[in-house]
Amino acid sequence: MCGICGCSQTGHSGKLTPLQGKLQPVLTIGHAPDNARLVQVEQDLLSKNNAYAAQNRHFFQAEGIFAINLVSSPGAGKTTLLVETIKRLQGRFPMAVIEGDQQTQHDADRIRATGTPALQINTGRTCHLDAQGIGLAVMQLAVQPDSLLVIENVGNLVCPASFDLGEAHKVVVLSVTEGDDKPLKYPDMFHAADVMVLNKTDLLPYVDFDVAQCLAYARQVNPNLQVIQLSATTGENVTQWLDWLVGQVAQASQVTPTRGIASL
Amino acid sequence: MHELSLLENVREILEQHAVSQQFSNVCQVTLAVGQLSCVEPDALRFGFDVVMQGSLAEGAELIITELPGVGHCNQCQQQTDLPTLYAPCQHCASPLVTVLSGTEMKIKDLIVN
Repeated sequence: MCGICGCSQTGHSGKLTPLQGKLQPVLTIGHAPDNARLVQVEQDLLSKNNAYAAQNRHFFQAEGIFAINLVSSPGAGKTTLLVETIKRLQGRFPMAVIEGDQQTQHDADRIRATGTPALQINTGRTCHLDAQGIGLAVMQLAVQPDSLLVIENVGNLVCPASFDLGEAHKVVVLSVTEGDDKPLKYPDMFHAADVMVLNKTDLLPYVDFDVAQCLAYARQVNPNLQVIQLSATTGENVTQWLDWLVGQVAQASQVTPTRGIASL
Repeated sequence: MHELSLLENVREILEQHAVSQQFSNVCQVTLAVGQLSCVEPDALRFGFDVVMQGSLAEGAELIITELPGVGHCNQCQQQTDLPTLYAPCQHCASPLVTVLSGTEMKIKDLIVN
């Protein structure tokens, strides 16, 4: 007897499709062997990553660590923004950086040059960071309590959108040298992010980039997206970004009842 | 191509279930993929045979069922079809729509022996 549909045929294996609420064999392919059975799984493809992400998030909350996941396409200026951020916030609270790139130590070297601890993860053939790797990196870096942890993801507006790392917020960086319709072309990332940094605003006079249109597109994908426009290179409006970070770091450290930053 | 990492997760989940539910061969895998999820069904189909090679699901049939995107309009407060993350409300054309479902990607069931 077929193990799935109960008909008298036996010894076949093949595809079955749901029909009228019951599994029915696709006749051209055949039936399952009599020891075949249906196993309900109902498990998220990302369940393993999400479990590690939850573990990371729990650790960050317990330690008062404010963690952000910085994402963008390659060349939007994530590392430059990060270096400028570190230079301006140094001494306010401890900071640490996890860098994700397919190859090279270049970005981690740029961060370490500021005196801030950084760990480079080379993802090789993989196009995104995952929560398990972040958990290991956090232990290796010995990220301090009541600190800012920035995870700079692989430059890629597609894949990192799906992988929760345990961060408090995804921050997407878009630069005005890209198309103003990127939020529509890559909606997953703009939907997953809470904050968008529009970078390289000093170049606006030289490029064909409609800021109002870009923001309208971004809010069409994510009505709650918070936007900060700045130039990491010239420092224009960087204070708005720094104020947001300082506020979030203070808040994260206060959530932990036994801690709190007195010097903020 | 994060579909490859996702398929590696599928293989791991199958291996875990093989131990807990005592089976040694998978003949069919059914995935449910939301219209608003970040995966491309064709890319999953493309990678499936390669990733399952040498595993207990080598040669298994892959079935992908697509789940529709559904949103809640913050303007008119009605439920609306959401074919993309930027689709406006089908009733009042407001762009302020919150996603309710359609971002899922999961293994639904298996046929095993």
